[in-house]
Amino acid sequence: MAIGRMGDQVIAFVCLLSIWWVIATLVSTPLLPAPAEVFSALSKEWHEQRLLESLMVTLRRVLISFIFAMALGGLLGVLMGRFRLVNRVLDPLLIILLNIPALVVIILLYIWFGLIEVAAVAAVIINKLPNVAVALREGGRMFDHELDEMSIMYRFSFRQKLMHLWWPQLFPYIMIATRSGLALIWKIVLVVELLGRSDGVGFQLHLAFQLFDVATILAYSFAFILVVQLIEWFILQPLDHNASRWQKGGDNA
Amino acid sequence: MLEFTVEGLKLSDQKILAALKIQLNPGETHCLLGPSGCGKTSLLNVMAGLQQESIMTNTNGKSQNLWSQQKPDIGYLFQQPRLLPWRTIVQNLQLVEPNKELVLRMLNEVRLQDYADYYPAKISLGMARRVALARCLLLKPELVLMDEPLTSLDLPTAREMRKLIKRLVCDHPTRSMIYVTHNLDEALELGDTVSVLGNTPAEVIYSNSIDNVPREELEALLKY
Repeated sequence: MAIGRMGDQVIAFVCLLSIWWVIATLVSTPLLPAPAEVFSALSKEWHEQRLLESLMVTLRRVLISFIFAMALGGLLGVLMGRFRLVNRVLDPLLIILLNIPALVVIILLYIWFGLIEVAAVAAVIINKLPNVAVALREGGRMFDHELDEMSIMYRFSFRQKLMHLWWPQLFPYIMIATRSGLALIWKIVLVVELLGRSDGVGFQLHLAFQLFDVATILAYSFAFILVVQLIEWFILQPLDHNASRWQKGGDNA
Repeated sequence: MLEFTVEGLKLSDQKILAALKIQLNPGETHCLLGPSGCGKTSLLNVMAGLQQESIMTNTNGKSQNLWSQQKPDIGYLFQQPRLLPWRTIVQNLQLVEPNKELVLRMLNEVRLQDYADYYPAKISLGMARRVALARCLLLKPELVLMDEPLTSLDLPTAREMRKLIKRLVCDHPTRSMIYVTHNLDEALELGDTVSVLGNTPAEVIYSNSIDNVPREELEALLKY
């Protein structure tokens, strides 16, 4: 089944590549380079050691922003889901944060704190935090009251409640927030780097943009898409599979 | 002797249960019979320390002490098994008793030793109720509360569960039980004493030792 699915994906990828190659050959302009030119740009950036370095810098920013956004947004969301008073007090703030354009937050933080790393990462966190809070608020609201009562009756410790009662119930919502979070965060990180940092993929895109070097722009984009896809395949999907084993049947553990 | 007294219970500001007192000797099983919706489950919840908002206070507004002495160690068998679906049977039990050997011994007692590594979704309701019974007993409770544990079970499964309850709880020399049901046969087989709830708000309309209860009289009361 997995091989069949992967086969479908390879076929779709080859089709897209072919369509791109045909169009690029027909229009024959540097504004739409052929796949081979993009691969060549990718190879050049790799050999000149800019690609890996830029990817690592951007990944570091993505990772730090992701951890803080998930932790703070998750805590906020669960508290809002569990306690009506907290929800009433913080809901207006959440709506404001959800509706402020990402660009405005980035610009304001750069103006207030300067073009520094902390401002860059904080801007990404502030942009992502409300989305996580909204997802986890739903998770907090869906806690099973009957299992809560059971855990009281059977004297679960706080740690037992956290690990065996609350975490499994929140996990699907955490995965939703994680997937949408990664997709959103890395896009915002690129904007942050483009506007105010002197390293990372966003900065390289900025340089390529100034030279109208579309091949390099696409090369960096594909490289980062590949990184995110690898995270999905090797971290998120195994986590998902492991956590949902009890739902998928099988006779036993 | 265990003695529980409550001034009354309310649900959404409506009084559902009048003042009530239950007395239990060590090792005694008291069956509580009554129609659906008369507050039996709410009463068990309050006894267990849950649903405290339902308790009606004294006329002076002070909350009362429900147990005449210290609240006993309670094991509660809910109507639904309430197992954690994402943990295997043995993992569910180990949250109550970390010693795996004791857990497996208890699983053996309820004849589920072969299902230790199964997830709850893969076993029947009758088996899940037996797991819940095992979890309850692993607490070594002084008082067991059971809320219609045979509901929705087919006859052979219910019979087997009844035997287990009798062997593991009723025949225990010091373990007391309050057993809520609306099935007269269950009450007569398992109980030492019986109370019948009736009227609105519900109150005890009959209470006696099982030995002194004429079946016809109880049947008439339950129809009422």
